[in-house]
Amino acid sequence: MALNETDLSLPPVEEVREEMLKLYPSKTRRKREKQIIVNDPDSPKEIGANTRTVPGIITQRGCTYAGCKGVVIGPIGDVLHLTHGPIGCGYYSWLSRRNLTRARDFSHGKEKGINYLQYCLSTDMTENEIVYGGEKKLEAAIEEAWNEFKPKAMVIYATCPVGLIGDDIHAVARRMKEKLGINIVALSCEGYRGVSQSAGHHIANNKVFTDMVGLDDTKPTGRYNINILGEYNIGGDAWEIHRIFDLVGINIVGVLSGAVSYDQICNCHTADLNVVMCHRSINYMAEMMETKYGIPWFKINFIGADSTAKSLRKIAKYFGDKGLIDRVEEVIAAEMIDVRATLEKVKPITSGKRVALFVGGSRAHHYQDLFGEMEMKVVSAGYEFAHRDDYEGRSVLPNIKVDADSRNIEELEIEPDPVRYNARLSEERKRQFADEGFAFKDYEGMMREMNKETLVIDDISHHELEKLIETYKPAVIGSGIKDKYIVEKMGVPCKQLHSYDYGGPYAGFKGAINFFEEIARMVSSPVWSYVTAPWDQPASPDNGTSSSKPVAEGL
Amino acid sequence: MLDGTNATVCERTALRINPAKTCQPIGAMYAALGIHGCMPHSHGSQGCCAYHRSHLTRHFKEPVVATTSSFTEGASVFGGLSNMTTALSNIFSIYDPEVVAVHTTCLSEVIGDDLPMMIKKNIAEGKIPEGKHVIHANTPSFVGSHVTGFSTMVKNTIKYLSDKTGETSDSVNILPGYVDPSDMRELKRIAAELGVKITMLPDTSDVLDQPQTGVYTMYPRGGTKVSEIQAMGDAIATLACGDFASKEAAEELEKKCNVPFSLIDLPIGLKGTDTFIDTLRRMAAVPVPASITLERGRLLDLISDMSQYFHGKKVALFGDPDHVVGVTQLLVEIGMIPTVVITGTPGKRFERKVAEIVSKVSPDAHIEANADIHKLHQIIKNRKVDLLMGNTYGKHVARAEGNLPFVRFGFPIMDRTGHRLFPLVGYRGAMYYLDKILDQLFDKADREVPEELFELIQ
Repeated sequence: MALNETDLSLPPVEEVREEMLKLYPSKTRRKREKQIIVNDPDSPKEIGANTRTVPGIITQRGCTYAGCKGVVIGPIGDVLHLTHGPIGCGYYSWLSRRNLTRARDFSHGKEKGINYLQYCLSTDMTENEIVYGGEKKLEAAIEEAWNEFKPKAMVIYATCPVGLIGDDIHAVARRMKEKLGINIVALSCEGYRGVSQSAGHHIANNKVFTDMVGLDDTKPTGRYNINILGEYNIGGDAWEIHRIFDLVGINIVGVLSGAVSYDQICNCHTADLNVVMCHRSINYMAEMMETKYGIPWFKINFIGADSTAKSLRKIAKYFGDKGLIDRVEEVIAAEMIDVRATLEKVKPITSGKRVALFVGGSRAHHYQDLFGEMEMKVVSAGYEFAHRDDYEGRSVLPNIKVDADSRNIEELEIEPDPVRYNARLSEERKRQFADEGFAFKDYEGMMREMNKETLVIDDISHHELEKLIETYKPAVIGSGIKDKYIVEKMGVPCKQLHSYDYGGPYAGFKGAINFFEEIARMVSSPVWSYVTAPWDQPASPDNGTSSSKPVAEGL
Repeated sequence: MLDGTNATVCERTALRINPAKTCQPIGAMYAALGIHGCMPHSHGSQGCCAYHRSHLTRHFKEPVVATTSSFTEGASVFGGLSNMTTALSNIFSIYDPEVVAVHTTCLSEVIGDDLPMMIKKNIAEGKIPEGKHVIHANTPSFVGSHVTGFSTMVKNTIKYLSDKTGETSDSVNILPGYVDPSDMRELKRIAAELGVKITMLPDTSDVLDQPQTGVYTMYPRGGTKVSEIQAMGDAIATLACGDFASKEAAEELEKKCNVPFSLIDLPIGLKGTDTFIDTLRRMAAVPVPASITLERGRLLDLISDMSQYFHGKKVALFGDPDHVVGVTQLLVEIGMIPTVVITGTPGKRFERKVAEIVSKVSPDAHIEANADIHKLHQIIKNRKVDLLMGNTYGKHVARAEGNLPFVRFGFPIMDRTGHRLFPLVGYRGAMYYLDKILDQLFDKADREVPEELFELIQ
C-alpha cells in the first residue's frame, strides 16, 4: 500500500521530492533528481548511484582509503596496519570504527595475542618525502615496525599524495616481504580513486583475495563449515552470530572481517559455503571465491530476529541435514521466547511511528527489518555509497554502465584453481535447488522491500535531510555521527547505525532485543518534551500553562 | 591493553606510532567554525572533510557542517578549478553563508592548486554574490599539525578581512587559541567582568555549545562577525594566547593594520590567568574589579587546601603545545612534578619553554616535541608516574599501566562530554581541573588501598 494512503497526514510524495530539489542550481538538480526516487516495489526505477558527489554539497560520503582500511581490512586485529601518508589519514582511522576486537579471537586460546588495532602506525609523511619521494621512508618505517612488534603480517595503505608523487608501494612491500620473511600486503587505496568508500571496498577485496585467502589449505574440523562475508563485528555483532552458530553446530571458518584472525582469512577458502551480510562491501570476494574455489554464496541477513531465523533456515537447508534443520528450529524457538516478550513490551511504544534511514551500503536495508518487527513505518531510506544493484537488485547488474570512475578500479580476472577448485554443488544439486526456488547470488535489493511511494534517496545531502525531517517528522532517524546532532537539534532522536552509539550488538536474537529496547527508549525519552521553559509556554485555559510541543511525531 | 608495547625504546626515524597530533586541515575547519555565518570548505577528496567533521563532532557532540570539493581522479590530474567553481555555486545557492573559508588538503597542495587565483577568477566572473566573502588558507597536511592549520586559518582570516579606518577604537582583540567553546566563553566572561570591550577571533561559543531548542540553525548566533573581524584593525591592541596557535595571526594584524600585540601563554592555572588579566587591564587601562581578585583568592585557597595531596606527585602529559605549556605551569603551581612532557606538533620552542617552567622542580624531565604517545608510554614504563594527562588517546596507556589516574584535557576528548561546557582556562577552569585531578587520585586510592587505610575523611 502506498505510504500516503496509510497516513493521510502526509503530503504527496512528489511534493516532498520537489521541495528537496527546488533550491538546487539546475545542474545540481539534474544530478540529484536521478538519486531521489519515488519507490515502486513491483518495478524498481533506475536510481543514480555510485556516481560522483556534487562538489559543494554537504555529503555523508568518505573516501576510498576509508572504505579499504576503515571498513574491510582494518578490522583484522592481529596484523599491523601501516598508513603511508601524512598523519591525518592514519590518525582518523585509528579505533574510530567500532569493529570490536579481542585478542582471544586470534590467539587460538593458547597464548595472549596482541590486539594491533590499538596502534596507529603512519609514515607521517612530511614535505621532504613529497618532494623527494617516500619509498625510503616507507621501507624504514616497515623495518622499524618489525623491530618494535614482530607481527605475523603487515598491511600498507596508500593515501592521496602517495599516488600523486608516484611511490611504488608494491615494490617496497615485495622487497620488505623478502627481507623480513613475513607477508606484507600493499594497497593502492588513495582517497581520490573512487566516488566514495565503495571503491576502497573493491580494492580491499581484490588484495585480500590475492594476497591472503588461500595461503593455508588446512582442512576445517567442523561438520558444516561456512564463512560469513561482510560482517565487521560492529558493537559485537559477529560475536552474537558466533554464539548462535555454536548453538546450532555450524563452524565458522572465517568472518570477513570482524573478530577474525589473519590465519582464518588465509584458510577461509576451505569452507563449504559463503553467506553474505553486507552485499556492497564484499560481493566481489564472494564471486571470486566461487570462481576460483567453487564455493557457492547467497545473501543472508542477521539484522532482525525474523531475518536471522530465515537466514539460519536457509543455511540449514543448504546443508540439507535433518539433524541440523531440526537443531536450527529448536534454537529459533528457544531464542524467540525472549524476542517476542520484548516485542510485546515495546510495540505499544513504537508501533506506527515513522522512521527514516540513511546509512552505509546495506544497513539502510537491513535495519528496516528490525524497525518492521517493531511495527514502525519506514518513510524514506537510502545508502551512502551503494550501487544500483543494492537498490534495484542484482538483476540490473548487466545493465549498469561502467563509468570512468569505476573503470579506475581493477576487476580481477579469476580462473578456477587448477588444484583446489572443488565445486561444492554438483550441477544436479544446483538444478534441484533452482527447482525448489532456493536462490544463490540472490540479492533483491532494498527497493523491492520498501513500500510504494516511499522516498529512496542515494547519498542524501544535508539540505534534503532537513526537508525530510520537516515534512515527515520521523520519530527516529538512523544515520551516522555527522548527522546525529543536526537531527537531534531538530528535536528528533538519531540512532547511529555505523557505531551503534557505542551500544550493541544488534545482530541475531539478542541483538534484536537490544535494538528494540534502545529504540523504545529513544522514542519515549522525556528530554524532547522539556524544550520549552515554563515561562515561554502559551497560557492554557485550565491551569495557565500547556505542555510543550515536541517536534518528533507522537510524543 | 597495548600488549605490544615494551619498555625498550627503539630508535625511530620513519615511523609514527600512536600520534599526538593530526593534520592541518581539521584545525583550519575548527577555526572557520568560529566565524559567524561561515561555511568551512575542504578543497580535496571528500574523505578529508568526512574525517574532520566526524572527528570534530565526536569531540563537541554538536553539529559540524562543512563542504568539500569532492575530488575524484580526474580533478587530481586536471586540477581542482572546476570542482571549486561548482562547489562555490552550490554552497552559495543552497547554504547561503556569509563567508566560505576554504582550506587545502595534501591532495590539492601536491597538485599545486592556486587558491587565490581560483577565488579571484570566481569573483571576476561574478560567481560570488555581492557582499559575500571567500577566504582561504593553505594547510598542507604534510607540514606541522592541526595547530598549524588553525593558526594559518586565523591568520588568513585577518589577512583577508581585517582593515583599519585610521581611528583607534576602544576594543581589544583576543586571539584565544585552539581552545574549546567553554574556554572562549570563560575568557569573554573575564573580559566582561573587567569591563573591557573585546573582539574574539575565532569564537566558537554559541556555535559548538548550542542549546537544545528543537530548532536547528546551520549558522548559530555565535562566531565572530565579518564586521567585527574588519574592525579588529582599529583595535587598541591584540592579546594573543598561545605561541603556536595565535602568534602568526597577531603578527599579521600588526603588519597589516599596525595593531600592537602581546603574546602570552594560554591562560591556564593561577599565573597564566594572572598574566591574561594583567595584560588585558593594562591594554584597556581599566582597574581589576574586586570580584576577579576574590575569584583568584578562592582558587589560591583551593590550591592550599589540596596541596598536600598533589605535592611531589609525578605527572606525564601530552597534547597540543600551547595547552601542554599551560598545564605544565599549572602542575608546577600545585606542587606536582611534570616528568614526561610531550607534544606531537614539531617545534623546538615548545621544548625550551617547558624546560624553563620545570627547571626547578623537574630538571631531568623528558621533554620532547614532534613525539608520539607510544614513546611517552615507553618512557613511563621506565619512569613511573602517578598521573597521566592528555587527550582521549591516553586512556589506553592509563589502563595498560594499572589504571593510572588519568585526566583528559585539550583536543580531542571523544569519550567524555563536559569539556565543551566546563573550561580549562581562567581561575574557574583551574578550580575545575584541580577538582578533577584530586578526584582521580582519590578514586584510585579508594578503590585500591588496604581496608585499614580507607579514609572516611580527607
